Amino acid sequence: MTDWPILSTVIFLPLVGVLLILLLRGDGDTAKKNARYIALWTTFVTFAVSLLLWTGFDTSTADFQFREQYSWLGPITYHVGVDGISMLFVILTTFLMPLCILASWRSIETGVKEYMIAFLVLETLMIGVFCALDVVVFYLFFEGGLIPMFIIIGVWGGKRRVYASFKFFLYTLLGSVLMLLAMMTIYIKTGTTDIALLLKQDNAFSAELQTWLWLAFFASFAVKMPMWPVHTWLPDAHVEAPTAGSVILAGVLLKMGGYGFLRFSIPMFPEASAELAPLVFGLSVVAIIYTSLVAFAQEDIKKLIAYSSVAHMGFVTMGAFTFTVQGVQGSVFQMLSHGIVSGALFLAVGVIYDRMHTREIAAYGGLADRMPVYATVFMVFTMANVGLPGTSGFLGEFLTLAGAFQASTWVAFLATTGIILSAAYALWLYRRVIFGKLEKPALANILDLGPREMGIMAPLVILTIGFGIYPKPIMDVTAVSVDKLVADFNKDIAAAKARQASAAKPAEKPKAEKTEAKPEAASAPEQKPETETAKPESAPAPAPASEETPQ
Amino acid sequence: MMLPAFLQDFAYAPMLPEIFLSVAAILLLLAGAFGDGKQSTKSGWLAILMLAVTAMLVAAQSDTPTSLFDDAVKFDPFGRFMKLLILAGSAVTILMSFSYLRSTKLLKFEFPVLIMLATVGMMLMASANNLIALYMALEMQSLTLYVLAAFRRDTTASSEAGLKYFILGALSSGLLLYGCSLIYGFTGTTSFTGIATALAAPEHSVGLTFGLVFVLTGIAFKIAAVPFHMWTPDVYQGAPTPVTAFFAAAPKVAAFALLIRVLQDAFPAASVASEWKQIVMVLSVASMLLGSFAAIMQTNIKRLMAYSSIGHAGYALVGLVSGAPSDSYGISGVMIYLAIYVAMTLGTFACILAMRRDGEFVENISDLSGLARTQPMLAFMLAMLLFSMAGIPPLAGFFAKWYVFLAAIKAELYWLAAIGIVTSVVSAFYYLAIIARMYFAEPAPRFDAMPTSLRFVVGISGIIVLFLFIPLNSLVVAAEAAAKSLF
Repeated sequence: MTDWPILSTVIFLPLVGVLLILLLRGDGDTAKKNARYIALWTTFVTFAVSLLLWTGFDTSTADFQFREQYSWLGPITYHVGVDGISMLFVILTTFLMPLCILASWRSIETGVKEYMIAFLVLETLMIGVFCALDVVVFYLFFEGGLIPMFIIIGVWGGKRRVYASFKFFLYTLLGSVLMLLAMMTIYIKTGTTDIALLLKQDNAFSAELQTWLWLAFFASFAVKMPMWPVHTWLPDAHVEAPTAGSVILAGVLLKMGGYGFLRFSIPMFPEASAELAPLVFGLSVVAIIYTSLVAFAQEDIKKLIAYSSVAHMGFVTMGAFTFTVQGVQGSVFQMLSHGIVSGALFLAVGVIYDRMHTREIAAYGGLADRMPVYATVFMVFTMANVGLPGTSGFLGEFLTLAGAFQASTWVAFLATTGIILSAAYALWLYRRVIFGKLEKPALANILDLGPREMGIMAPLVILTIGFGIYPKPIMDVTAVSVDKLVADFNKDIAAAKARQASAAKPAEKPKAEKTEAKPEAASAPEQKPETETAKPESAPAPAPASEETPQ
Repeated sequence: MMLPAFLQDFAYAPMLPEIFLSVAAILLLLAGAFGDGKQSTKSGWLAILMLAVTAMLVAAQSDTPTSLFDDAVKFDPFGRFMKLLILAGSAVTILMSFSYLRSTKLLKFEFPVLIMLATVGMMLMASANNLIALYMALEMQSLTLYVLAAFRRDTTASSEAGLKYFILGALSSGLLLYGCSLIYGFTGTTSFTGIATALAAPEHSVGLTFGLVFVLTGIAFKIAAVPFHMWTPDVYQGAPTPVTAFFAAAPKVAAFALLIRVLQDAFPAASVASEWKQIVMVLSVASMLLGSFAAIMQTNIKRLMAYSSIGHAGYALVGLVSGAPSDSYGISGVMIYLAIYVAMTLGTFACILAMRRDGEFVENISDLSGLARTQPMLAFMLAMLLFSMAGIPPLAGFFAKWYVFLAAIKAELYWLAAIGIVTSVVSAFYYLAIIARMYFAEPAPRFDAMPTSLRFVVGISGIIVLFLFIPLNSLVVAAEAAAKSLF
C-alpha cells in the first residue's frame, strides 16, 4: 500500500475528470450530459478511493500517515499526509462532491462543462488543503480555491452575484495574505516549511513573535470560518451561490478555518493561543448569540441557514480553544457534522428553489401536505441543526460545551443560550415553510422529492442519524491525534511557564522580595484552565511542575 | 555550448552578442533601404531569427565575469540572465506586432530594426560598469524608444505619446547626466569599481549623495517608479499597442538591470547603501500604492496596464532594498520577479492585441464583456494571466511575489512586506473587475478571429503562468546563481 501514492491519487483524480471534460466537443445536449456524467463518475471514484484512506487508517498513532514527499523548491517540498484530524475532512469533501454534482444536474443549464470543471478543480484544491504537510503547499491549495469559487458564484449565482463574488474573494484574500507573511516569517526563522517538522519543534518562536504569527494566521482563519465580525461575506456568498456552491462553502470551505486553527495556531503557537484564548471565546460567544439573533430576522431561507452556520462555527472555535480533549474532539466532530448537516440543509433549500425559484420564507407554507417525504427529510436536518440528541449535531455541541465548561463556566453558559436560540429560529423556519395551510396557489402543484433527490438526501439522512447514535468510527479516528494535540499543548505551556519562572528567579532574588509575587500573579489566570484540563486527561506530570516552580 | 576557436581568440569575444546584433540591425536596415519598400513580415522574421542567434551567443558565455574596454562593460551571469530576458521580450514583441502593423499599414522594415537597436542598447545597459557606458547605453535605448512611441504618425495620440516620452525622457537623461557629473566630481572616477573604492572611506561628502539622488531619479524615470511615473499612462495609452507591450517588458528589465548594477557595484558601501535604500524604499512604497489605487478607476485597458506595471515595479523594488548590498537573496528575488513579470505582461498584451472588432482595435475594458461566452479560450487565458498578476497561487505571479516578500521578511522589513501584500489585495480588485466583466457580464459582439502569432504568444504565456510551479526550481536556482555573480 505504501508504494502506491494513494493520497496524491485522491488529490489529483478530479483533474483527470477535468481533462476528460476538456476533450468533449461541442455545446449540445449530449456534451452537457457527458460532462455531467464524467463529473459524477470522477467524484464518485474519488470518493471510493478516498475510502481506502479510512480503511487503511491506523487509529493507534498520531503520526501522519500515507505520507508522500517529493523535492520541489529546495527546502520547500511537495509533502502530503493525513492524521486523525485531517483524514475525515478529506472524506467529507469527497463525500459531498458527488452530491453537489447531482444537485446541479437539472439546475445548471448554461456552461455545464465549465461548471463541472470549476467544481472538479475546486475538489482537488480542497482535498489538497487537508492533506498538505508543507506550509507553502497548504497555502497554494488554500488560496487557489478562491479562483474556482469566485467563478462559480459569479457565473452561476443569483441576482447580486457579482457583488457577492467580489466580497468573498477580497475578504478571504486579505485575510490570507497576512497568513502568507506569517508563513514567510516561519520559513525564515526555522529554515523549513515542513508542517511535520514544525510541529515537532518546541519553542521555535519567542512568545512575542508567537503572538504576531498567531494573529496573522487568525486573520486568515477567522475570515474563512467565519468568525464575528468578519463573517459578513458569508451570507452574501451563500445566498448568491448556486446550491452546490453553498453546499461546498458551508460543508468544506468553512472547515478550512477550523482545521487551520487545529493544524497551525494551537500546536505551533501554544503560548499565544493560551494567551489569546479569551479573545476567541469572546468572539465565539458573540458569534453564537448575535448571529443566532440575526438569523431570526431573515426573510431568505438560505440567509437564515448561512447565519446559523456562523453560529455553529462559533462552537467550533470555542471548543478548539478550550485546549481540552473534549473540546477539541467536539470541535472536530462539530465541523464534520456541520459539514453534513448544513450541506444537507442547503441541498434541501435547493430542492424547493429548483421548483419555485424563490428563497423567500414567505413564499412557502404548508409543504407538508404536498411533500411529506421532503418534510420528513427537512425535519431531520432541522433537528440536527438544532442539536437534538440522537443526531450528529448534538454530539459536537455537547462536547464543545463540556470542554468550554472546564475552561470557563460563563462561556459555556452563554454558548448554551445560543442552542436555545438556534432551536427557536430553526423550528420557526420549519413551521413557516412546512406547516400551516397550503394557501399559496403557486404551491398547489408542487411535487415531492424525485428519485434523484432521494438519492442525494438518503445518505445524508443516514449519516446524520447514524453518527448521532454511533459516533465511534469518527471518534476512533480523531482520538489519538486530538490527545496528542492537547498533551503537546499542555507540555509546551508547562515548559513555557517553567522557562519564565527560571528566567524570573535569578533576576529577582537579589532584589526586594516583594517583586517575587508578580510573575505568579500574572500567570495565575492562565494557569486556571490549564490545570483543569489536566485533570480529566490523566497527564499530571507537567501541570504540577508548573505550579511549583515559581515558589 | 562552445564557440568556434577563432571566435574565442577574438579580443572582444565577450561582446560578441552585442556586436552581432548591431551588425545584423545595420544590415537589415541597409536591406530595407535598398529593398522594394513593400510591406512584409520578412524583416520581422529575420529580426526574430537574429535575436534568437544573439540569445544563443549570450547563453554560450562563460560563467566567469570578464570585462572589456578598461572595465567599462562587464559580462557576468547576472548580465546574461537579464539579457536573455530582454532578448526574449524583444523577439516576442516583434512576433506580436505583425497583425497590428499589418492592419494599421505600418508593416515597415524600420520597426524590427528599431527594436533590434533598442535591444543592443538594453543589453549594454545590463553590462554597463562605468558611468559613461551607462549613459551611452541608456541613450541608445531611449532614442529608439522615442521613435517607436511615435511610430504611428498618422494618429495624434501616438505622436503625442512620442513627444511626451521624448521630453520627459530627455529631462530624466539630463538629471542622470548631472548626477553622473557630480559623482565623478566627488570621486574622481567614472568606473563603478573605482567609485566603490573611493566610497570605502567611512566619510563621504553631501555632493556625492546629491549625485546619487540624481542618478536614481534618472533611472526611476526609466522603470516608471512613483513619483517619476507621470509619462507612463499617457505613453502606454498613446503608443501603438505592440510598442506599449515592448515598453512594459524589455526596457523595464534593462532599467532594473542597470539600477541593480549601479547600486551593487558602485555604491555597496554601508554608509551610502543606507542612503539609497531609503530612496528606493520610498519609490517602492509609493509605486505599490499608486499602482494599486490609481488603476481602479481606469476604463482603458492599456492605461490600466500602465498603472499595473508601475505597481509591479514597486514590488520588484521591494526585493532590491531587501537584500542588497550584502545579500544576494533580494536580487535573485527581483530577477525571478522580472522573469515572471515579462511572461505575464507579454501574454496580457497579446490578449489586448486580440481585441479587434471589424478591423478596428478597441481598448476599453467594457469591450471585453462576456468574452467567456464568445471566445472562452481567450477569456480563460486572460483570466489566468490577470489572476497571476494579482498574485493568486498556484499561478506564476504568486511565486514572483513570494520571493521578493520573502527577501523583505528575511531583511526584517516587515512593514514593507505588509504594505506590499495589502496593496496586492487592492490591485486584485481591478484585475478581478476585468475578469468579472469577461465572465459575469452579457456578451459584447465578438472580436475578429485571432491571428496565429497572437494565439501562439497567448498560449505560451498562459502555459508559463499556469504550470511554472512545476519547473520553478530551475528558474530559482538559475536566478540565485546569477545574482551571486554580483557579489
